[in-house]
Amino acid sequence: MIALSDYLILGAILFSLSVTGIFLNRKNVIILLMCVELMLLAVNMNFIAFSHFLGDTAGQVFVFFILTVAAAEAAIGLAILVVLFRNKRTINVEDLDTLKG
Amino acid sequence: MQFDTSSLIPVLPEIFILTAACVVLVVDLFLKDEQRVISYGMTQISLLLAIVITLMTAPAETRIVFDGSVVRDGMSDILKIAIFIISGGAFLYSKEYLRDRDLFKGEYYVLGLFAVLGMMVMVSANSFLTVYLGLELLALCFYALVAFNRDSEDGSEAAMKYFVLGALASGMLLYGISMIYGATGSIGFQAVSEGLANPDVNKMVLVFGLVFVVIGLAFKFGAVPFHMWVPDVYQGAPTAVVTFLGSTPKIAAFALAMRMLVDGLGGLHGDWQYMLVILAILSMGVGNVFAIAQGNIKRMLAYSTISHVGFILLGILAGTSKGYTAAMFYSIVYAIMALGAFGIVMLLSRRGFEAENLEDYKGLGERSPWFAGMMLLVMFSMAGVPPTVGFFAKMFVLEAVISIDMTWLALVGVFFSIIGAFYYLRIVKLMYFDRPVDETPLTAGMDTQIALTINGLSMLVLGMFPASLLSLCAAAFG
Repeated sequence: MIALSDYLILGAILFSLSVTGIFLNRKNVIILLMCVELMLLAVNMNFIAFSHFLGDTAGQVFVFFILTVAAAEAAIGLAILVVLFRNKRTINVEDLDTLKG
Repeated sequence: MQFDTSSLIPVLPEIFILTAACVVLVVDLFLKDEQRVISYGMTQISLLLAIVITLMTAPAETRIVFDGSVVRDGMSDILKIAIFIISGGAFLYSKEYLRDRDLFKGEYYVLGLFAVLGMMVMVSANSFLTVYLGLELLALCFYALVAFNRDSEDGSEAAMKYFVLGALASGMLLYGISMIYGATGSIGFQAVSEGLANPDVNKMVLVFGLVFVVIGLAFKFGAVPFHMWVPDVYQGAPTAVVTFLGSTPKIAAFALAMRMLVDGLGGLHGDWQYMLVILAILSMGVGNVFAIAQGNIKRMLAYSTISHVGFILLGILAGTSKGYTAAMFYSIVYAIMALGAFGIVMLLSRRGFEAENLEDYKGLGERSPWFAGMMLLVMFSMAGVPPTVGFFAKMFVLEAVISIDMTWLALVGVFFSIIGAFYYLRIVKLMYFDRPVDETPLTAGMDTQIALTINGLSMLVLGMFPASLLSLCAAAFG
């Protein structure tokens, strides 16, 4: 039997991986978008695990909404990425440095 | 659970704005470029009607509908009306700016109305799910709006930074919510706050979740150390968008904090109070000190926003109804001030020229004494000079902090706002004591001129009669 804590630890590992990915990645903006998606999936894992062990469906309903919003978010993120590439001809994270001060 | 049509009445303003946004979207498809003003007019009329509907459907007592997902109370009504009025002002100021840059498109108004809807949902949310949906609706619209000028390099870079950090913030918030759900077994605010009172609840999981919720909230507010996106977005986005983004979302962020921390997690007040103290001190400090070094007025106003967020947090962390009233007053007043400041920035900009640098404000007192006076009032209000309303906003917040025996915190606030006065007064000095560099006459439509005048004078009028707005805010917390 897999215990609740196992799911939570897996969720925490996935979540920390995605946060580290966002902060350490200096190369490609697409990796940032992937990290964002991974982060939301880690949260979904938590919700499902809690929902199952609490015997309460609210968590699963929440997951459906998160999935929907994540899809919309990915669409907007990729659209911004296309605009960014058209204007700057690069999607290197290090080149996003015109705004500072 | 059975469905009752009468439960639709409390959400009538939301339904109306949703319909209006869809109607504007469809009507705009059939308009020629020179008729675009119709979309604008429809947007303004919908906002006006939404005010009327909100007033007409205002319930006598708090109503909770949709199985506890949505709440309609005094606070939500006042904040919604403030959001309608200030968004309307932002649309009005940005009309000519957008037209001069060939950005006068229906999408701006559609996205704007959806953002307003998102804010309304946040203001009326009564469960973590509703809060999250409102927040995302608002954020998704703003990601698109920041990149509204498709050919602008700065705009797309700002949008990308905003998107990644905004998504990170949502992720943090959700992770925190999942922990709170796990500890209390519920996502409704009432059920969560009842769950907190249960002695069997796992306090460690709760506080762990709370930390993530506060981090997510701080990102959305733009509080230090989660403020990195604010200056970049303010500088990179079109000023028309910044006017909107810099004003009303602060009201919605206040509502977000109130709903989650007070309605939902009020039982953990002792824990989040200290987190907010740290955020507030850092925000006031970093915001005010860094603003001095900025030569770009949009960037300077971004750091000024960060410092004002610190003051709003001071009111919330007090944890008394006096503190909540003060924070609500502050957030509404701040939204009006930011609207006025960016309105002047847009007034000075024209086709092919952005009045972004502080030098562009030199000699405004000679070029246009009246609007220089309005900018003077807005700057004095932001700095907190009596008798403008900004002074009273700061005073009420500090009073609330002193009344919970945190006088040292009030002193820190005063100290940093004195530092902050420097950069606001520098603009006044540039306007009145320097020779103008640019002699081009200012052109603005009569509607913009009247609105800016009302906006500037409201600083003075609200400052002389602060009780009018304050009593409305106080009524919300009974």
